[in-house]
Amino acid sequence: MECQECHQRQATVHLTQIVNGQKTEIHVCEQCAKEKGYVSYGEENFTLNDLLSGLFHSEGPSPFSTHNQQAQSYQQASQLKCPTCGLTYQEFARIGKFGCASCYKTFDDRINPILRRVHSGNTRHDGKIPKREGGKLHLKREIDEYKSKLKELIEQEEFEQAANFRDKIRTLESQLHQGEDGE
Amino acid sequence: MSLQHFMNEAISPWMNQEGPDSDIVMSSRIRLARNFSHYPFPLIASEKTLEEVMTFFEETFKHKTFRDYADFEVIKMKDLQPIEKRVLVEKHLVSPHLAEKPDHSGTLISQNEQVSIMINEEDHIRIQLYFPGFQLDRALEQASQLDDWLEEKIDYAFDEKRGYLTACPTNVGTGMRASVMMHLPALSMTHQINRMTPAINQLGLVVRGIYGEGSEAVGNIFQISNQITLGKSEQDIVEDLHSVVKQLIDQERRAREALINRSGIQLEDRIFRSYGVLRNSRIIESKEAAKCLSDLRLGIDLGLIDDIPQTILNELMILTQPGFLQQYAKATLNPEERDIRRASLIRERLQLENEE
Repeated sequence: MECQECHQRQATVHLTQIVNGQKTEIHVCEQCAKEKGYVSYGEENFTLNDLLSGLFHSEGPSPFSTHNQQAQSYQQASQLKCPTCGLTYQEFARIGKFGCASCYKTFDDRINPILRRVHSGNTRHDGKIPKREGGKLHLKREIDEYKSKLKELIEQEEFEQAANFRDKIRTLESQLHQGEDGE
Repeated sequence: MSLQHFMNEAISPWMNQEGPDSDIVMSSRIRLARNFSHYPFPLIASEKTLEEVMTFFEETFKHKTFRDYADFEVIKMKDLQPIEKRVLVEKHLVSPHLAEKPDHSGTLISQNEQVSIMINEEDHIRIQLYFPGFQLDRALEQASQLDDWLEEKIDYAFDEKRGYLTACPTNVGTGMRASVMMHLPALSMTHQINRMTPAINQLGLVVRGIYGEGSEAVGNIFQISNQITLGKSEQDIVEDLHSVVKQLIDQERRAREALINRSGIQLEDRIFRSYGVLRNSRIIESKEAAKCLSDLRLGIDLGLIDDIPQTILNELMILTQPGFLQQYAKATLNPEERDIRRASLIRERLQLENEE
């Protein structure tokens, strides 16, 4: 079968289009399929970046949100600019990459939806903490863990053990405050 | 002799050790992305900043040793020939992205080639640690200690809420990508792997073929890695990956058994034909070589071929890549010349094994 576009090459791409219940069959060669836009070859021109910046843009006004307010907030976001590295929100959305550590603070209230989509709904770190700056964070996490344990024990009416945990939390909290006073 | 010598360099020393489940899992890798807190990320950093970062690493870590990872060598991308860069990429010591970057980027590689610390890639620092076989826990433990060792000298970009800050939002949080490289011939022959992939994806893990284009896995080698880096601890991520890989190992073993029981003679025929092709061909394309090498390794794993070591697949997969072929030939080769070189290199290598 010859290509119905160029009438020269062999048709290797066969498509069935259904528009408003009207069925059309298309037989074209690979080259014409690409040129006429019947198919798009993902790997050639679609990178992770495109995918990401797609996500960013979807934060902006969409056909479904015609409210002025939303458009305005998008406008404001576009004008955001990182004071440290100078990256604007627009550039960030285009390249899908942050420019420096401060960008995370600058664009803080814009990035949750993106992070949620990329990381299955997560927006907060729950892993390793650097030792150097992490002393206090480690304590905070430990206190949080003990507190939830304490709550559990109280619910189970294990008051003796609960008292133990309460004391532990107190000790840790005083350590935390000492650290703060020392700085 | 020259081949023997070259091979010692072609395959990283750690690859010669056999790890747990190494009949199916070729290697385990942990990669950590880190950045300096006070420099802009490499993408927008000035030449001067990139140079400062590179110089810092050279001055601080050159020829330093951390435990088993001795005598870090500093390799600067700008000092390398294109073929040399390609060789490093083929050995997975450097990412393709780093190899493309012109100035002030590089890597620190330990003598055993188990550790490669890439400098000024997408992030300032990318720590990579490999273990042979299925050893994710150990790899994580060691990578984390290596990270602590670097942290003694570096103020990392870190935020209580977002974790380790990276250039790309897909890496933020732990900055960790854990991955295993698996040889899954029986699961791909029976097309089971395609059916399993969507389920694995749902767990936040990614399956992709390596050495191939797109999803096609040339040589039946697959990489499984975590997609999510935020909101889960390193241990949890590794545990999830571990349990999926464990299941894949079991499934692959079961599929191999089923293949032997149902079509033993056909399988044996296929394996020995491939062995014949590798031993005798004069021209071989990389795709065919990868397919035959996969069959050969399966034959070794099943005990059908016993005069060749298991590590041959790892070794010849790397050795027969375009960069290595040209490095070995000490010349630029066109694709046809490469196919001839590849065939003769494989023949020589298998011959050498029989002489030993």
